[in-house]
Amino acid sequence: MDRHPVIEMIDITKRFGDVTASSEVCFSLFPNEICALLGENGAGKTTLMNILFGYYSCDSGEIRIDGKAVRLSSPKDAIAHGISMIHQHFTLVPSQSVLENVMIGVEGGFFLDKKKAKQRLLAIEAQFGLDLDPDAMVFTLPIGQQQKLEILKALYREAKILIMDEPTAVLAPIETKELFTTLKVLVEHGRSVVFISHKLHEVMEISDRILVLRGGRNVAERRKPETTIAELASLMVGRELLERLDCTGGEAGKTVLQVDRLRVRNAKGLVALDEFSLDLKEREIIGIAGVTGNGQTELSDVLFGIARPEAGTIVIDGKPVATGSPISMIEAGMARIPEDRITTGVCMDLSVMDNLVLRDHDKRPFSSMGLIHGRKIRSYAMERVRQFQVKTDGIDVAIKSLSGGNVQKVILARELAGEPKIIIACKPTRGLDVGAMETVHQTMLRQKERGAGILLVSDDLDEVFLLSDRVIVLYEGRIMGEMSAKSLDRDRIGLWMSGVAS
Amino acid sequence: MIGLSIVKRKPLPTRFKVILPVAAIVVTILIGSIPILLAGGNLLKAYSSLLHGALGTRFNFLETLVKASPLILTGLSVSFAFRARFWNIGAEGQLFAGAIVATAVGVYGTWLPPALVLPACVVLGFLAGGIWAAIPAFLKTKLKVDDVVTTLLMNYIMIHIMGFLLYGPMQAAGSSWPRSEPIMEAAHYPTLLAHTRLHVGLVFAIVLALAIWFINTRTVLGYSAKCVGTNIQAAYFNGINTDMTILKTALISGGLAGLAGVGEVCAIHYHLLMDISPGYGYTGIVIAMLGNLHPIGVVLSAFFFSCIAIGSQTMSRMTGIPVYIEGVIEGIALMVMLVALLFMEYRIRWTRK
Repeated sequence: MDRHPVIEMIDITKRFGDVTASSEVCFSLFPNEICALLGENGAGKTTLMNILFGYYSCDSGEIRIDGKAVRLSSPKDAIAHGISMIHQHFTLVPSQSVLENVMIGVEGGFFLDKKKAKQRLLAIEAQFGLDLDPDAMVFTLPIGQQQKLEILKALYREAKILIMDEPTAVLAPIETKELFTTLKVLVEHGRSVVFISHKLHEVMEISDRILVLRGGRNVAERRKPETTIAELASLMVGRELLERLDCTGGEAGKTVLQVDRLRVRNAKGLVALDEFSLDLKEREIIGIAGVTGNGQTELSDVLFGIARPEAGTIVIDGKPVATGSPISMIEAGMARIPEDRITTGVCMDLSVMDNLVLRDHDKRPFSSMGLIHGRKIRSYAMERVRQFQVKTDGIDVAIKSLSGGNVQKVILARELAGEPKIIIACKPTRGLDVGAMETVHQTMLRQKERGAGILLVSDDLDEVFLLSDRVIVLYEGRIMGEMSAKSLDRDRIGLWMSGVAS
Repeated sequence: MIGLSIVKRKPLPTRFKVILPVAAIVVTILIGSIPILLAGGNLLKAYSSLLHGALGTRFNFLETLVKASPLILTGLSVSFAFRARFWNIGAEGQLFAGAIVATAVGVYGTWLPPALVLPACVVLGFLAGGIWAAIPAFLKTKLKVDDVVTTLLMNYIMIHIMGFLLYGPMQAAGSSWPRSEPIMEAAHYPTLLAHTRLHVGLVFAIVLALAIWFINTRTVLGYSAKCVGTNIQAAYFNGINTDMTILKTALISGGLAGLAGVGEVCAIHYHLLMDISPGYGYTGIVIAMLGNLHPIGVVLSAFFFSCIAIGSQTMSRMTGIPVYIEGVIEGIALMVMLVALLFMEYRIRWTRK
């Protein structure tokens, strides 16, 4: 191939503390092409592009634009080199018009020349077939139109390269089609597009070339005609199966949690989970697998009691429980390990002790008749910290001074008090180091041995395979398939995750 | 080029919770020197007359204590609400609510047994303030209406309700001024020292500060409020009834401000008048912040502001510096304390480019 790349990123390494988000990753982009960056969450796609956009500086490696090495120390530098990035969350001012949003930051001079700017905007719209009323107020525009506006903003800034971070995540199917048409027009006019996604069929539909990242490393590069969805799926998730952890304790027992035909709408009012039914038994771990954003959050939110389903029932131990109330879930004997430790799991400004009784401080023996029994809480907290080997300078320090793994231990210590019959764990090892991960996994297995039924919602396939007795795959809010641990077939799961029935 | 960036710091030891407000006061006095100098005053003379005015004589000292009681109560009111992140900017209106109800009881409650008149003033005044604060709390929890806006604007509603009453149904017979009939003697707060204005309200306020301390540290409500105040999402997730916690907090917070109003009517003025409060409710916000939302801190910082308020009058007489310096110092103190709180969690790093 005699074309020269417009962008070359060579051996890019980026560390955040102890975590290496990007490890000697190479990336190149050619004129007139759409290149997809494919990978699971945390694979390093967005990090790599944030480096290209000047958000982060890389620890080592080189970026070349049109063959010349450059230093991009801020998005301003990147924009000056014709690079624009469109984030999942738009950066628009809702109370201003389309034109005003386009002009922000590129007004130039002291006086606004709206007439000139409008002419230029209309010319760009005509050239790229993007139809958007310059005087429309942004808050009146549907999401798809707002995304068009973001693209217009980039083109107005004379962007040659557009980085789109999961642009379809917020779009309805019809809007996705329109976006793809737009992207094709863009490359016809000499622009290049980086398309970040974990949706396989979209990647296959739109891109010319596909770069697969996993765990912050290059895994493979394919031209579209040379590959298939199945191959991409296995490249994306294909890791060596870790050895399953030992677990003693008998067969699964009676059903403890029965979920029947749950339907849940997400914050945007779209059905995010539908026809979801499940039977969780004593001494059983069910893993819910799937690419992030396919209904897992909605499922766990309903089971946590912080979201209300539109339809369906939840039965615990034979008794129906009220949905949409954290209190009823707690009272039904459910331990809940939330996905986001920092915002829902703990109060970061409170002490380790306070967080250990966050859930039970209003119950005996920690309080009675509205009065707190400080001494009992204190001795209980010391005991739990010791039992769960939480590394902390005492129980009075703010929990924010603890590492992520130790924060998670505090949550486990709190939630597993009182021998819960059901444990809902949502990405329980997210962001933890290997040691802490091991502890969490061991704890869950011990709980299973004790007789608890555990629902493990995770986008980490290794974790799901490692622990689960049964695996259920969610795709676009529906159960795509179910598989027992005895007959685990990684490829089939990968296909299910990408929406291919097999 | 030298640039500066603000970075998170390791949590400071607990003793800084005391050091910080003290440092804030020192800085406030230093910055406060600027307007004093601008007004043509002599710094030494100004501050010494301020100190003398506040504490120098028995009379002045007692006046400072008298002034401290409503300030402690509004400070407690605000601090109790802020601790649960209920942004009660409406202590002023809640104070008026308490004052109106106390006056109503004190003027029209003649049918009550005399021994019950004062308790009725206190209890109903507390409830009036509490309910006035519970309305914004209800709007916040049920409709997610911003509490800063509602609590603040409710002040103006209450001011106009009071105006309506004092120009109308509650106006003293034959008076052309907006003032009520005097309250009966049974409604008066007992004085602590004969022939002075020092009344049991001060003791009452300090006892309430201890009570709030107890609620904060020893009760389920205080515990839940702390969780709601630090992370409402986690509190809700963990089964704390966040709506109820905010509502109860508002009720107590408003009640405390209402009691400040009861005290002004039943111990100082003995009737209701439009300017019953020179902004005690707003000063309460500054006091709560300077007191680091701790009841004992509130008592001390209320005393500090009381000194400034009383002392600045003497300073004004002796040096000709306008008495408005009180408000200026109050404002400076709030801003200095807010900046100081920022330094609790962040530090400035100078960088050389």
